[in-house]
Amino acid sequence: MRFLRQTLAIAAKDLRSEIRGKEAVNASVSFALVILLLFSFAFDLEPEQIRDIAGGLLWLIFAFAGTLILNRSFARELVNDCLDTLLASPVSGAQLFFGKCLANYVLIIIVECISLPVFAIFYNVRLPQRLALLFLVMLLGTWGITVIGTLFSAMTVNLRLRELMLPTLIYPMLIPALVGAIELSRVLINGGPLAENMIWFRILVAFNVIFTILALALVEIVLVG
Amino acid sequence: MRLKIILTLSVIAGVILAWDLHRIFLQVPDEANQGAIFRIIYFHVPAAITSFTGFYLAMFSSIGYLMKKDLRLDSVAASINEVSLAFASITLCTGSIWGRIIWGIWWTWDPRLTSFFVCWLIYVGYFMLRRAVDDPTARARLSAVLSIFACVDIVLVWKSIEWFRTQHPGPVLEIRGGGGMAPGMEAPLWWNFLAFLMLATVLILIRTRQETMKLEIDALRRQAHAF
Repeated sequence: MRFLRQTLAIAAKDLRSEIRGKEAVNASVSFALVILLLFSFAFDLEPEQIRDIAGGLLWLIFAFAGTLILNRSFARELVNDCLDTLLASPVSGAQLFFGKCLANYVLIIIVECISLPVFAIFYNVRLPQRLALLFLVMLLGTWGITVIGTLFSAMTVNLRLRELMLPTLIYPMLIPALVGAIELSRVLINGGPLAENMIWFRILVAFNVIFTILALALVEIVLVG
Repeated sequence: MRLKIILTLSVIAGVILAWDLHRIFLQVPDEANQGAIFRIIYFHVPAAITSFTGFYLAMFSSIGYLMKKDLRLDSVAASINEVSLAFASITLCTGSIWGRIIWGIWWTWDPRLTSFFVCWLIYVGYFMLRRAVDDPTARARLSAVLSIFACVDIVLVWKSIEWFRTQHPGPVLEIRGGGGMAPGMEAPLWWNFLAFLMLATVLILIRTRQETMKLEIDALRRQAHAF
């Protein structure tokens, strides 16, 4: 219970700070819009073809835009040595990590909820009737991005090339989750049968479970040593 | 002692490789469908298994570092990963050459190739991370964590051949339930694997010595600056 309370306190602190400054979310949403614009120059596709690659485009936007939020997650604690103070406080590394994970998760989901309808409007993609399932895929895929991204954000926070290192390290690591989410989103947007694609769902869940446990087990070492 | 081990292993690996090359190119017949190019499997598969073996050994060495905080274990892990990355590069190159002849393309984004490439990229990231951290203790700690994460990804690589139906040839080795290769043709492959493993051990021993010396020099330099 105490674990949860302190975790939520960290998450609330991060969310409050973001709501006041709106630095990461504003940058992330703007970046998502820029990517949407750039895709329009990269492809000139028929509506059916767009539906086929919509899943891929969506998750590329989510992954790229999400990285901006993840990059800020621990970097914002560097000012005034806030990270050292947090580590010295009676909060364990796992609580700090999980709290930041929750805050990042909420922020990335917000960015995705803004990007999804904009994407649907710009590219004339009719959102699926099974919107709740698409949202479930978004929740699962985003958790994978968040867990890996937050841990690696903690790993790279003190590095010189922090902004460069984080995407280089996390994108290859995220591939199984991204592929799973892309395939499921594609099937849902295309209206294909979901039963034949349950392997992707299992990969997504397995990825989330394995890396959440690993991250929680190793975060103390990453943060404290 | 270390020099004697390196020399002995080098000589044995050299002899096995020379004997095996003689068998592969002069005794083993061409494969019925693929012709002479099938011989690339004798280098492709042993290199792949050597790299996987190395990545896992490096993970255990990294876990050892996290438990004992002995920087020598970090040097061992980094050396093993470096040599394994070289063998992974050999796997990618030989696979690509085989694909050009048999499939007519250098590369295809089939899940197994993609997974191996992803794995390779993760270990490139491992060395980027090591270069970006100056403090030896922080470098050892962070790269150990990354090594453990990377090995989980290797599981996905290894299992992907069962998970997806792909363009990649199915298992052909007896040990993986393939049974598609004649025993006479399969034996040189395992001898090559043994030779590659010895070669990798030699390279790892040399690299570990260099890493340890680098640590000693850094420590001496810090001491000199302190005075």
